[in-house]
Amino acid sequence: MLETARLQCIRGDRVLFSDVSFTLKENELMYLKGINGSGKTSLLRMLCGLVSPAEGEISWCGENVRKLKEEYFRELLYIGHLPGIKAELTPIENLRISCAMSGSLITEDQAWNALDKIGLRGREDLPSKVLSQGQKRRVALARILLTDAKLWILDEPFTALDVDAVAMLQAVLAEHVQRGGMVLLTTHQEFEVATGITHTLVLGKAGGQAC
Amino acid sequence: MLAMIRWVLWRELTVAMRTKSEVLTTLFFFVIVITLFPLGVGPETETLELIGPGILWVAALLASMLSLTRMFSEDYQDGTLEQMLVASQPLVIIVASKIFAHWMVSGLPLVIISPLLSLQLGLDMESTLILMLTLLIGTPILSLIGAVGAGLTLGVRGGGVLLSLLVLPLYIPVLIFGAGAVEAVRAGLEVEAHLSLLGAFLVLAMVLAPWGTAASLRISLD
Repeated sequence: MLETARLQCIRGDRVLFSDVSFTLKENELMYLKGINGSGKTSLLRMLCGLVSPAEGEISWCGENVRKLKEEYFRELLYIGHLPGIKAELTPIENLRISCAMSGSLITEDQAWNALDKIGLRGREDLPSKVLSQGQKRRVALARILLTDAKLWILDEPFTALDVDAVAMLQAVLAEHVQRGGMVLLTTHQEFEVATGITHTLVLGKAGGQAC
Repeated sequence: MLAMIRWVLWRELTVAMRTKSEVLTTLFFFVIVITLFPLGVGPETETLELIGPGILWVAALLASMLSLTRMFSEDYQDGTLEQMLVASQPLVIIVASKIFAHWMVSGLPLVIISPLLSLQLGLDMESTLILMLTLLIGTPILSLIGAVGAGLTLGVRGGGVLLSLLVLPLYIPVLIFGAGAVEAVRAGLEVEAHLSLLGAFLVLAMVLAPWGTAASLRISLD
């Protein structure tokens, strides 16, 4: 269970948002909305422990994430704006190392299968720098097929993906939520998840409003 | 944890081997700077022998400076640094492995090529051996101290210059005892004290620098 209490984010001397409180439980999906520059990415990075809140607290199963650190990170899968893949390595190598980083060691076969499933068949052995934007995005997203993290924090996961990939990703999200996972995502695209959007959080001038 | 260390080392070394530019720039810089000195000060053996250890050490310092800016900047740009910060193992361990890989890519080649350059400057066999030894102990210290600076100046515009201003003063003790040991052996004195002090610096840096780097990376990404 992820809980936040009265979070505030200050960038420079501007308050991006304040008083953001919500609870995300198992089997729930939260959709984070807001105009450009309203602090969506900042909030997601804050929830990952990358940015420290100016005020407020984030807790995982009742304990502050600052204290839990790696224990919390083991439960967390974060895919940000940047794909986090090395241009010199092949998709297979990138996928295996990013899985190892998040604590699940996978075999080469598992990596091949995941990349196949996400639509990169025939590209597995090329250096990632020759891949298109959408293909790089797919390499980054292939992790969600292999992870056993409970909480997924996805920053604009649908960007640069084609229709088929978006549909597949939505199905994966639904399956994860159904199995007792938690998803927190932001996107400017329309999307539909079979299990439904359980929460919507709107970031705006008046701070955060959860409903 | 061991698996993680292995993966981090493997990634750093594979990327370095595939791009090659990092290893080669540092190495060529080192070689060229040292080659310039005989051309500048004249080929008299006595002069070169006298300033040789100093030149080699200063060149090693500058060469390792050169590679520092790239230590975290690419990871920062492609997002792998973010993923390291939310990894399932302590950041200190990842950072320590990264620093070790950085040394293998930028420090170790200098140690290996140094005997050649040392002979070029007319140093004798004994001095050359001691020089190699001091570089072997000294270059990891440079990578360790440099990592803290590289972490702090990450994402800063003109960070390269700032990094040199920050890190070069901290390199001074290493330079003094590194070059000093070679001077001592040429003067026929004991070098043990110099080497012990260098070793002590190395141990101290090994214990403190990964923590400092991890903290500075967290600050830089905040």
